[in-house]
Amino acid sequence: MDSNSLYYSLDLVAGSGYTFTAEQRAALQTSLIILRQNYNFNRVMLWGKIFGINADYFIVQGRGEDELKDKKNLYSFNCVDWFLLPPATDAMIEEVSKAAQGRFMGDPSFKYEHVETHRQGGEAEAAEEEDEVTIKVSEEERLVVTIHQIDREVSVVPRGAFIKSHGLIQTNRSFNGLSHSEAGKLHNFLHFTEPKNLKKKSILEMAYLDPSIDFLDPLSDDTPKGSWSLQFECGSNVCVLRSLLWLGLTFYHVPMAPQHGYIYMGDGTKNLDLPFML
Amino acid sequence: MEARGGKQDMEQQKLHTAACLKAFMLTNSTKTNLNLYDHLTRLLMRLMDERPPDAVDVIEDMSRDVKRALFVERQSTLRAAPHTAATQRLAERQRLLFTRGEEGDQEDELVATADTPALPNVSEVGFYLEQAGVGLGREEMQRIFLALKQLVESQPLQHCRLWGKILGIESNYVIAEAEYREGEEEEEQSTEETAEEEREAETRDDEEESEAKESNPLPQSTYKPPPVVPKEANRTGVNKFVYYVCKEPGLPWVKLPSVTPAQITAARQIRKFFTGRLDAPIASYPPFPGNEANYLRAQIARISAGTHVSPQGFYQFGEEEGDEEEAIPRDSYEVNPDFEGIPVPEMVESLSTWVHHVQHILQQGRCTWVNLAAKPEEESYEEGDAEEKEEEPDEPEPEVGPSLLTPLSEDAELFHTPPWSTRISSTLTSQYAVAVLRSNLWPGAHAYVCGKKFENIYIGWGLKFAGDSYNPSVPPVPQKEYPSGPEITEALDPTLEEEEMLNAALEEQQAAQEELDDMDEEEEEGDDD
Repeated sequence: MDSNSLYYSLDLVAGSGYTFTAEQRAALQTSLIILRQNYNFNRVMLWGKIFGINADYFIVQGRGEDELKDKKNLYSFNCVDWFLLPPATDAMIEEVSKAAQGRFMGDPSFKYEHVETHRQGGEAEAAEEEDEVTIKVSEEERLVVTIHQIDREVSVVPRGAFIKSHGLIQTNRSFNGLSHSEAGKLHNFLHFTEPKNLKKKSILEMAYLDPSIDFLDPLSDDTPKGSWSLQFECGSNVCVLRSLLWLGLTFYHVPMAPQHGYIYMGDGTKNLDLPFML
Repeated sequence: MEARGGKQDMEQQKLHTAACLKAFMLTNSTKTNLNLYDHLTRLLMRLMDERPPDAVDVIEDMSRDVKRALFVERQSTLRAAPHTAATQRLAERQRLLFTRGEEGDQEDELVATADTPALPNVSEVGFYLEQAGVGLGREEMQRIFLALKQLVESQPLQHCRLWGKILGIESNYVIAEAEYREGEEEEEQSTEETAEEEREAETRDDEEESEAKESNPLPQSTYKPPPVVPKEANRTGVNKFVYYVCKEPGLPWVKLPSVTPAQITAARQIRKFFTGRLDAPIASYPPFPGNEANYLRAQIARISAGTHVSPQGFYQFGEEEGDEEEAIPRDSYEVNPDFEGIPVPEMVESLSTWVHHVQHILQQGRCTWVNLAAKPEEESYEEGDAEEKEEEPDEPEPEVGPSLLTPLSEDAELFHTPPWSTRISSTLTSQYAVAVLRSNLWPGAHAYVCGKKFENIYIGWGLKFAGDSYNPSVPPVPQKEYPSGPEITEALDPTLEEEEMLNAALEEQQAAQEELDDMDEEEEEGDDD
């Protein structure tokens, strides 16, 4: 969520149970202005927090000219001193997905180790040919990958909030919010990430799409069906979406108003048991 | 004179014509209900006001503009969207929260507050929770506060607190934990339930009898259901408190049924999201006995038992009733009147300063172990509680769990994750900070302590941390097929020719039999196939 809207937006997502203390809010208001200046961001989003065993990571995301591509993530433990995270690479994602397990510890230099045994040769002499490879991943890398995956899988924007013009993806200044009835339907919310399924759609389906708005995947195409919980909260005035895949991700949108945003406050683990739980 | 008279005539005629024309111009159009006179007046007035250049060229446009400006939109032909109805209905329900009750009630309440505080100070709790980074938003907390007040006024409750909130897919549950006043137990429900149980038992008996009466062609099942673990009575063990839930503050509070051991053991083995409808069925394996209300109640019992903690020394064992802060004598412990509070840094440093104050639930699904004559609770032991066993290895015998007021430092690790994390709410102004405890086994369970004040709250999905992946239990092996034999194998129907041949053969045989009437032949029956 936009750091300029923290005054009200944190209250709108508080229905999930987590909020920021007054001290943290005050610290964020101060430090994010400086951060934006120092890194020359167009705007700064409060991305969320990840709970560790010993300490919690606070994460913000700086956005450049292109809202989708120019992203930089920073983390902090006290909401004042921010550290830049490197972008996620494919190799890093693969290593982390193999090695990192369990909860975050709260120490960026903590090493997750995973011993992998490669088998070479036939089954007969398998015992001799086993080759042990130890994969070591630091928690900072895991943090990078987790943020990347959450952004990739469950970042949400309402339809029409962003437009694509001349190849750049920017906020739509004339976006005035979805209507109440539109906000109750999942296909009006889009994944704010590179589209995966859009090109697979048939021409008939594509005919109704507006290329300057509908350049993202809608949530209604997600598998499994029902991986989102859509409710109206705060006296049924605010549309709140919660991801059941990444428990802790909350999105809010005030119908008939341009306010929207998402935040992740959880332990940074994906809910792999989802198919059993619906 | 004539000329003058003619002139006058002409004048009059002109005036008459002019009057006629004016009258004509003043007649309203049947289509638009406008008249030309007024229109021209407006047009000329506008011309005088605006004085446009080349007025003659734009006079038609101006005329049209003037006409258009006359149209006033009275009402939209579209009806208001129906969504306002839901919002409005909720607002009307919630408005009742903001009305003051009857005068008598107010006095009663004042007396009550002087004696025993039935209504908790939710706004204070909310304040401390916000320090801890937990909460539902201030306005929502206030609404819940008012809803709790409504609950306390409508029910004979001795004590009540906000237990927490469980998120569901379609709606959420706000949960209040309450205790009835002495003697005001809800008798009806318990009698109802026992009646139900009796009825069930009766039907079961009936079935058995009717089965016995039949000539019994079917083989009897050798399966005997394991003995049912009896439910704990109200005010004891897992049914110590009653729980009320509501979907939104302002909507009616619904009392949850009391929980049975079977429900707790089943809830330990399944992992399901709540839908938000209390009457929704639970589709799971192993099957859960009951609907979502029962599942919710079972999870509440498990969460309470696992995560309700207090600073050490706040409660003590003892026979005397100390009633400084809470005059409610709890089951086996009571408030320590001499408790002075533990400094916050100490509470953050060491888990041994926190104790559980809710009884541990045994693998049997009860807090106190009951001996089931023949087979003491093996059925729940072998199937379910690998998970619980790992969690609490300090509970070796099924008969005894950790006693009440056991420090948290004795809690065991589960999946290499320490069960609790502690935080201090502020490092900058640590002298006024509160100590915060977060459960890692039940994500969403929090406790804070500040001096003598502490509170537990759970806000989350009602699911236990399940390690890297959850393994649903596999259905049992399917039963063996009935051995296949000729008596249950389907055969082809005989064709007409075959029947005729058979009949012919029979006739021949009959003829032969008539001839040899002294002898009895047995082969006939063999041919019948």
